[in-house]
Amino acid sequence: MIRTRGQLAAFLVALTLVGGLACGGGGSSQAASSKPPKLAAGTTMAAIQQKGKLVIGTKFDQPLFGLKDPATGKIEGFDADIGREIAKAIFGNVKDIDSKISFVETVSKNREPFIENGTVDLVAATYTINATRKQVVDFAGPYFQAHEDIMVRKDENSIKTVTDLNGKKVCSVQGSTSIKNLVAKAPQADTSITFDTYSKCAEALGDGRVQAEVTDNSILAGLAAQSEGKYKVLNAPFSDEPYGIGLKKGDTAFRTFLNDTIQKLEDNGTWKKLFDKDVSSGGVSPELPKIDRYS
Amino acid sequence: MGVVLDHLDQFRHGIVITIELTLLSYALAFLIGLVVAGFRVSPVGPLRAAGTAYVETVRNVPLAVHFVLFFFALPKIGIIFSPFRSAVIVLAYYHGSFATETIRAGINTVSVGQAEAARSLGFTFPGTLIRVVLPQAVRSVVAPLGSLFIALTKNTSVAFLISVTELTGTADKLATDTARPIPAFLGAAAGYLLLTLFASLVLGALERRVAVKR
Repeated sequence: MIRTRGQLAAFLVALTLVGGLACGGGGSSQAASSKPPKLAAGTTMAAIQQKGKLVIGTKFDQPLFGLKDPATGKIEGFDADIGREIAKAIFGNVKDIDSKISFVETVSKNREPFIENGTVDLVAATYTINATRKQVVDFAGPYFQAHEDIMVRKDENSIKTVTDLNGKKVCSVQGSTSIKNLVAKAPQADTSITFDTYSKCAEALGDGRVQAEVTDNSILAGLAAQSEGKYKVLNAPFSDEPYGIGLKKGDTAFRTFLNDTIQKLEDNGTWKKLFDKDVSSGGVSPELPKIDRYS
Repeated sequence: MGVVLDHLDQFRHGIVITIELTLLSYALAFLIGLVVAGFRVSPVGPLRAAGTAYVETVRNVPLAVHFVLFFFALPKIGIIFSPFRSAVIVLAYYHGSFATETIRAGINTVSVGQAEAARSLGFTFPGTLIRVVLPQAVRSVVAPLGSLFIALTKNTSVAFLISVTELTGTADKLATDTARPIPAFLGAAAGYLLLTLFASLVLGALERRVAVKR
């Protein structure tokens, strides 16, 4: 609440400043960027600025990252907030940045098609950067570094690390990369049980259908918190999951722009602020990712 | 289409699972249909009521809901079936309700004289039903029973919800592995077409063979 109020106050100050400057007719101040920033003509970001709306694909059901508040309809979480910062980089400090954004729900299956056919301008949806996906889309970032981890029932003591999953039944989500990484580390793990949502895996864990659930630590943290002590996360990370911003393949100018924006957020402390606000409650420690400007 | 060709083995495996699901659950659904249709026309009130209750509760709840309820709710009272068995059971009792209604419609086409004649020859009610009425009834509804078979073939895809990797599940998995969902699902569509068109051919032949000549 206090943070929100603080932001509101900052906004009001900025607005007053902007108003004052507009009347005074000159001068410059960081807080007073009321005019949209100048963007190179012909680029994707300039086109987005022109049409006045940034279309962001994100998850609507992912606690801590992209979760639609059923009461307000607002999308909350780290992915959504990174999207808002990108919108600010395109449109300047607009009073209600959400008025410049249209959030579209993307699930694991439709992220690539939505980028390719232009349904969305970019995707920020716990979207792990990997080589297969890079053949189809391009990635800016990473803007978040997750790790795959293991969640078990509270009374489970025989599983300590990923290799203990050999011969065990392990659940993960359809359309995620978790299973591949797991099979590489624990080839004898039985991964035949998969569902469309993480919460169903948690249910199967509770029912004893599986002995463990694997996916990104950031997601497991949310599930363990919801389970009221039924499950625990082992904190035995076995892979790196860099989350990137997906964009149309070959749009290098836009990618550089997004990378610069993320770098700025990391440098000026906004990244840490958003992390504390959105993710830290899940018990994950912050890890500033190093941006990969691949060519 | 390279995605499909590169993963033909996985597709083949998916199709086999789809065929197994279809044949097993259709056989069970057909049996359920015969028995419950008998209930629905029987002279015993409670049996009729039970038949009606089954048809109306099962038929009016979507298949996906049945799947999730069966799979996630039963373990809470200590009953656990594997995903494949759960899928067969759910598909069977869901389509059993439709089979019941189809066969009952068939029974209604058999003229009352047939049953009366059987009874006058000393047949009991089950005897009349099994030896006289049902053989004629089923023959008159081969076409709708065939439609039910094709519907079931496609409905097996819902089993993917409870992690049975049939054809749709295979396509979904490939979509992730390759980041190319469209060819993967086109491959699944081709697989279903192959199965259903073949089924249509067989059913057409069967229909011509057993149809009641009038």
